[in-house]
Amino acid sequence: MAVITYRDALNQALREELKRDPDVFLMGEEVAEYNGAYKVSRGMLEEFGPMRVVDTPIAELGFAGLGVGAAMVGLRPVIEMMTWNFALLAIDQIVNAAAKVRYMSGGQVGCPIVFRGPGGAALQLGAQHSQSFESWYAHVPGLKVVMPGTPADAKGLLKSAIRDDNPVVFIEGEMLYNTKGEVPDGEYTTPLGVAEIKRPGADVTLVCHAKTVTVALKAAEQLAGEGVDAEVVDLRTIRPLDTETVLSSVARTHRCVVVEEGWPFAGIGAQLVDTVQREIFDELDAPILRVTAADVPMPYNKLLERAAKADVPKVVSAVKQVLYLEASA
Amino acid sequence: MATTVVMEALSPTMEEGRLVEWKKQEGDKVAVGDVIAEVETDKAVMELVARAAGTLLKQVVAAGATVPVSNPVAIIGEPGEATDAPGAPKPEPPKSEAPRAEAPKPDAAPASAGKTPSREGETGASAPAGSAAPAEVAAPAAAPAATPATAPSPARPAAGPGRPEPAPVPAAGAGNGGTRVKASPLARKIAADRGLDLQGVAGSGPAGRIVERDLANLSAQAAAQAGPAAVPAFVPAGSATPHEDVPLTQIRKTIARRLAQSIGPIPTFYLTTEIDMERVTEAREALNALGEGKVSFNDITMKATALALRQHRACNAWWQDDHIRYWNDVHLAMAVAVQDGLITPVIRYADQKSLRQIAAEAKDLAGRARDRRLKPDEYTGGTFSVSNLGMLDIDEFTAVINPPEAGILAIGRIAERAVVHDGELTSRRRMRVTMSCDHRVIDGATGAQFLKTLKAMLENPLALVW
Repeated sequence: MAVITYRDALNQALREELKRDPDVFLMGEEVAEYNGAYKVSRGMLEEFGPMRVVDTPIAELGFAGLGVGAAMVGLRPVIEMMTWNFALLAIDQIVNAAAKVRYMSGGQVGCPIVFRGPGGAALQLGAQHSQSFESWYAHVPGLKVVMPGTPADAKGLLKSAIRDDNPVVFIEGEMLYNTKGEVPDGEYTTPLGVAEIKRPGADVTLVCHAKTVTVALKAAEQLAGEGVDAEVVDLRTIRPLDTETVLSSVARTHRCVVVEEGWPFAGIGAQLVDTVQREIFDELDAPILRVTAADVPMPYNKLLERAAKADVPKVVSAVKQVLYLEASA
Repeated sequence: MATTVVMEALSPTMEEGRLVEWKKQEGDKVAVGDVIAEVETDKAVMELVARAAGTLLKQVVAAGATVPVSNPVAIIGEPGEATDAPGAPKPEPPKSEAPRAEAPKPDAAPASAGKTPSREGETGASAPAGSAAPAEVAAPAAAPAATPATAPSPARPAAGPGRPEPAPVPAAGAGNGGTRVKASPLARKIAADRGLDLQGVAGSGPAGRIVERDLANLSAQAAAQAGPAAVPAFVPAGSATPHEDVPLTQIRKTIARRLAQSIGPIPTFYLTTEIDMERVTEAREALNALGEGKVSFNDITMKATALALRQHRACNAWWQDDHIRYWNDVHLAMAVAVQDGLITPVIRYADQKSLRQIAAEAKDLAGRARDRRLKPDEYTGGTFSVSNLGMLDIDEFTAVINPPEAGILAIGRIAERAVVHDGELTSRRRMRVTMSCDHRVIDGATGAQFLKTLKAMLENPLALVW
C-alpha cells in the first residue's frame, strides 16, 4: 500500500471519479487555475479542462445554487467550499434546496451533489474561521454528513459520496491535509454510514471522527502505558450514524467518552449520548463523558486557543473519570 | 489537584470514627484503594481507603483522634501542593475566570460565552449550561462533602456470596430510613443476573456509587474466603425473590397496637421447651470421629433452627411498622459476646448450608467478631437470631429480640436430667430453649409450631439431612 497524504488521497478520489463518470465535475473558488486553496485539486484543470474543473466568483450562495441545479438535471457536481466557515453563505442552498428537493418533488427530482471543503479549527485563524459545523448539517433530514479522519478513508469515502444519489456534506480536516497514511492500491470505495474500530480495546470506548481520531488514538496510546485498554471508534459518517458499531463497542467496554472538535451544546456527542443511554442503559458503568471544544468563540490567542480545543490530556482525564480512577471534574 | 480524605461512614450507623492507626505517612505515595488508616467505628475496626491517587501530603488529625463523619482527616495531592485549609479541598481559584474576563461584554457575546466559565473545555459538555455554573465557581470553599471526590462513601466491598438486604440492624429508633442505593446501570444488571442485592454493598464511585469493580471485588473476596476453609464454595439456590411483603390486615394492626400498649415497644412473649439431646450427642460424636473438622452443639442447633425456620416462614420475618416482611431465605444471626458488649454476625442462607459450612462460617465470624474485624454487612441483615449461654452453665434464659427481627432463640446448657423416658425413670441429656416472640408478627401457636419442628429435628437428627 502506498503512503500518501490526506490531500493527495482526496485528489486521487476526485480524479478517478471525474475519469470514471463524465457527469462529475468540480466547481468552487480557486479550484482550477490556482489548483485549490489547499491544493486538493492540483493538476486537475490541466487533466480535465475548464468545463470539468470550474473556477467561480466569491459567491458561495450562487455557485452552490448552480451546483444544486446541475444535480437536479442529472449531473454529479462536487462543490468545493474554501472552508465550511464560508459555506454559511450557501447554507440556504444546502439545507433548503439540496436537502429538500427529492422529498418535495415526491421523488421525481434527485440531487446527487457533494459539498466538500475543510472544517474545524486550524491554528490561530480566529473565531470566524475556526468552526465545526457538522452538527448543523447532521441535524437536517435529507443530508448525509461524512468526515474522514485518515487518507484511506478520505479517498474511499469521497468516491462513495460522489456516487451517492443524495446530497452529501463532506467535511475534511484542515489540519489533516498534510497527514500521511496507507491507502489501498487500486480502485476501492468506503461505504457511507459505516464506522470503523481504529483500535480495539476492552476498558473504554472513545468515539471520535475526523481530526479527533488522531487525538483519540494518541490518548489511547498514552492510556495503554497506564494499563488502560481503550477502544477507538471512528464514526467516519456522522449521518447516517452507525449506531450498531458504537453500541456493540460500548456494550463490551461499559464506558464511553465522545470526542469532537465542535462545541458541546447539541453537538454530535449529545446525539450519541442520547442513543447509547437509551439503547444500552444497563451496560453503562459510568455516565458518558464528552470532550469538546470550549463553549466559546475560538480564541485567537495561542494559549487560549490550545486550552479551548479537545486534546489528549482532556481525553485521558475523561477516560480516567469514567473508569473511576480520577475524581470527576 | 489536592483531594481531601474525609472520615467515611463505614457502618450504617456510624456518626464518628476514631482514627486508630495511620497506615500511610506524610510523603508516602498512595494509589486508589490503598489503605490509608484504620478506623474504629461503633461496631468494628475498619480500613479507610484512598479515593484518589498521589502523595499523602498531610495527616490532618493525629492517630487516636475521633473525627465526625465527613470531616477531613488527610490530604492527597502532588508534592508541593498547598495543604492548608483542610476544609477547602480545591484551593486554587477557578481558572476559567480568565476567558470570561476577556470575552466581550456578556450581553454582546453569543449565547453562553459568559455563562459557563468554569470548565474551560475539559469535557465541556458535562457542564450544565446556565445559571448553575456560576454557583459551581463559588462553591470550592464549601464543605468537603460537596466535592464528589471526597463525598463520604461506605467502605470497601465486602464478603459473602449472595447477600440479602442487610438493613441497619438493631439500633432501635433508627427508623426505616431506607435510602436509595446508588449504583451504575451495569452494576444493577450484574446484581440482577447474579441475584445479588446491592443494599449494603459499599460503592467506590463518586458519592458511594456502586460500580462494576465493586462487584468484581465482592466475588473475588468471596472466593478467597471460601478457599482456605476447604469447605465447598456455597452457591445459594436463591429464591425467586428474597422476601415477600404482606400488608397488615385490620386484625393484625389491632393486635399490634394493643399489644404494644401492653408491653413496651415490642410486645414480647416467651415459649420454652425442653429437647432431648441424646441422639444429637451421638450424632455429633460420630461426626467428629470422622476427623474432618469439629462440629459443636451450637452449630447443630443453628442448622436445625434454620431448617425449622424454612418450614415456618411466619417466624422468619421482620416487623416493618406498616407491613410484615416474610423472608424466603434464612439469614441466621448469632449473638457473640465481645469485649464491652455483643454483636450478631449473620450466617447467610443458613437453611441451605451444610453443617460443615455452618460450622466453618460460625467459627470464622465469631473469631473476627471478637477481633472487631467484622464488616458492616456481616452483622446486618439477619432474619432471626440465636443466643447461646449453655457454655456458661445457664439452664434457660430469655433473650431480647433484635429488631426488626421477630424472634430470637435462647439456648441453655445441655444437662443430664432425670426424666421419664419410654415409661422408665432415667437420666437423659436435655437442653432447654426459649423463644422470644414479637407478638405483632408471631402468635403463640405459630411460635409453638416452630419449636415443635425444631424439637423433632433435634430429637431425630437424621431430619437435618432429610
